[in-house]
Amino acid sequence: MSQYRPEGISDVFTEPTEAHESPEAPKPVVQGIGLSGWLRWAWRQLTSMRVALLLLMLLAVAAVPGTVWPQRAQHPERVATYLTDHPTLGPVLDRIGAFNVYSSVWFSAIYLLLFVSLVGCILPRTKVHLAGVRGRPPRAPRRFGRFPAQGSGTADVAPQELAQRATGVLRRGWKLLPFVPTYRVDARDEGDGTWAVAGERGYLRETGNLLFHLALVGLLISVATGQVLHYRGQMIVVQGRGFANSEGSYDTFERGTAFAPNSLVPFTLKLDDFESQFDPDTLASRSFTAHVTVTEPGGEPEQKTIRVNRPLDAGGAKVYLQGNGYAPDLTIKDASGTVVSDGATPFLPQDQVYTSKGVVKVPDVTGGQEQFGLIGFLLPTKKTVQTPNGPAYVSQFPAPNDPILVLNVWKGNLGLDTGVPQNVYQLDEARMAQVKDAKGDPVVLVVKPGETVQLPDGLGSITFNGLKRFVALDLRHDPALPYILVFALLAFAGLATSLFAPRRRVWLRFAVGHDEHAGRTVVTAAGLARGDDVGLQPELDRVLAATLAAGETPDREGTP
Amino acid sequence: MNTGDLSTLMVWAAATAFTVALIAYSVDLAHIAERSQKTAQKSSQKAMQPALVTAGGGPVSAAAGSADQRAPGRSVRAEGIARSTHFVGIALLFAGIVLRGFAAGRWPTGNMYEFTLVGVLVATTVLAIVQRRRIIAFLSVVVIGMAVVALVVALNFLYIKAEAVQPALQSYWIVIHVGVAISATGVFTVAFGTSVLQVLKSYREEGVLAGASANPNAFKRSVSGRSFSWLDQVPGGRELEAMSFRLNSVGFVLWTFTLIAGAVWAEHAWGRYWGWDPKEVGTFVAWVVYAAYLHARTTRGWSGRRASYFVFVGYFVVLMNFTVINIVVPGKHSYSGL
Repeated sequence: MSQYRPEGISDVFTEPTEAHESPEAPKPVVQGIGLSGWLRWAWRQLTSMRVALLLLMLLAVAAVPGTVWPQRAQHPERVATYLTDHPTLGPVLDRIGAFNVYSSVWFSAIYLLLFVSLVGCILPRTKVHLAGVRGRPPRAPRRFGRFPAQGSGTADVAPQELAQRATGVLRRGWKLLPFVPTYRVDARDEGDGTWAVAGERGYLRETGNLLFHLALVGLLISVATGQVLHYRGQMIVVQGRGFANSEGSYDTFERGTAFAPNSLVPFTLKLDDFESQFDPDTLASRSFTAHVTVTEPGGEPEQKTIRVNRPLDAGGAKVYLQGNGYAPDLTIKDASGTVVSDGATPFLPQDQVYTSKGVVKVPDVTGGQEQFGLIGFLLPTKKTVQTPNGPAYVSQFPAPNDPILVLNVWKGNLGLDTGVPQNVYQLDEARMAQVKDAKGDPVVLVVKPGETVQLPDGLGSITFNGLKRFVALDLRHDPALPYILVFALLAFAGLATSLFAPRRRVWLRFAVGHDEHAGRTVVTAAGLARGDDVGLQPELDRVLAATLAAGETPDREGTP
Repeated sequence: MNTGDLSTLMVWAAATAFTVALIAYSVDLAHIAERSQKTAQKSSQKAMQPALVTAGGGPVSAAAGSADQRAPGRSVRAEGIARSTHFVGIALLFAGIVLRGFAAGRWPTGNMYEFTLVGVLVATTVLAIVQRRRIIAFLSVVVIGMAVVALVVALNFLYIKAEAVQPALQSYWIVIHVGVAISATGVFTVAFGTSVLQVLKSYREEGVLAGASANPNAFKRSVSGRSFSWLDQVPGGRELEAMSFRLNSVGFVLWTFTLIAGAVWAEHAWGRYWGWDPKEVGTFVAWVVYAAYLHARTTRGWSGRRASYFVFVGYFVVLMNFTVINIVVPGKHSYSGL
């Protein structure tokens, strides 16, 4: 460890000269170093800056494929389409993880190696830094001639007193934080009546740098913890109905491996009303508001709203408004006049004007009648288009100004008892036949709110009672969120400090004057900064001026 | 004429002002190049008579305040025109953006047209700050040139009517997240220009030291040659490197903030702080590349010119992230609606 020289966004004043970093240096591998030697070599390589650089660039490159090919985690349907469209290339890409880039072995390997490299680099640096903070600032060099900032002057005060004064000047705090000393200062008696003061500032720079990297590690651990403990559920809630927070009531539910289902807080949520606004010219959405009643366990029902960008806090989780649409309230009777279906069915919007597609399945018919299903569209504001085959309808505005239902009828076996789970928004037409009119064209039912229409083939009737709204809600709980935020902000603070805090060393020497300065004290000063620092010379001048204050004037150009 | 039209007019006027500034900066650059060539010729002729060389600088330095502010060869008139039209352009663009905000009734960073306007405003303002003491004509030509192209592209291809945004964008984070992202892009633009200049200058410094004709590489030979003698008037390679580093540091810190603010907003709007959306990936990749740049600077064998290649890559990613990702790749950020 004695050979250790820190790397990274380095703040050492010396050039980094670490052996394994230098291209000219002999390779540390010699014959017969054994397994431990190889391991040590591998570790040194991994924690070297070159490999860190390589891994950073690899990480950048490895992240790109995720924007080129669809990702299963975000868009499983696009991946499926891609696989269908590319029967030869698709499976190959799938095998190498092109559709799961960010959870693939190679991507994980890169960032895990990067973090190992980071830890291996940062921990020794932290040790060095802590030792540096506790130690004394480096002694004043013998000659000041080679430093970028210099100054000199003379004074009538004794060297020791001047050294004390300089120490005070350098220790004086910042304007904004007067109690934090700017410089760490060390005054020494160099013999022959000469005193030297060494000051160093900017430890904060390396502190920030280390903080940034350690915070990144904390961030990664927080994210991973959140992945293990989180849960997320999605469901569609129709106006007037509600749901209880339990795993079974979600349409889709995913959870981390360590999440305990019994930790779900059983609050209930009911959708009272939903408002939407659209731009009359561009049809673009302008505002969505869901009015809900939330009942926490043991609490009173509370009226709340959920909007985009304004999630609702309930049961320790956040409820997001992810989608919305219309749910026509229908009453369907079978041939015998028995009500076989009653209630609102969500129709999923397909486009900007909310042309909404939906299915109503009627399995529980009486009197040995065939099962039937209705499939079709809801148009919130209809526009009639004349075609050679008669009037057709399209939606022209997303708000429900003039709604209409356009439905086809299928009869036969809905297939609900086959044991295969069915999508409620799709009709399994395998065992069904479309009901057609005398000419052989499919029957099209057009129903307006309040209307009752007889179904063809004497299947029964349908009544369109009115239009309700539904919302698609996304509920998510991630206990790691506060930690992620704190570590992200720490990383940010560390980064800003490490890049903007100036690191400077200042030395002043007070020697007893000879010859023409006999009886006076000759003051020389020098400053050194990390990198090019425009503020260095002004600061040195300020320190010199403050030290020599009380009549004495410094002169930068040298003693006359 | 409504407020929106007035805003568009202001942006056109700003583009015009920047074009004049671009021409003036180019004239300045041409003057510098021409004078540098002559000086180079003269000094090689007069190398035998060293006594005469010192007599040359009299009238020029008398016209300018100090030798540091105006190196010989600079065109005082061109620089005056360039500086004033540059400032006028900034003022007009600022007015255009403010009017745009009033016309739309919201903060004017809602779509690509507005991003481009604000990005150009930041880049040109940073440029003005960088050369507050001394004009660096080449840097101005690069940055103002890019600014004019960006403005004209924005006006012709990205323009959409000023109007409200959809619910997902109705958040104060549009001010913080988008505003900082655009500022970072503006700062990176100037830093990129500085790095280009730094690479050219350092090649020339090296080539001149080694003897121009000795270099086997055609590019290095030409940079060291007479056609690039205007480079003698720009700050030294180390100084440019320091300037580029300072700008890139500011850009990187802003970019980091963009990532964090974006994650916070995504958590609010989409219910997840990070989802590998194409825009998020692009921003992440750019962040990693600039992080590599900062590390390369302090790595032996990678500092100086080689580190600046990371700046080129990083800036390329930033540009791709703004253009290709927004327009071609479908994602959650696509709705910014061109």
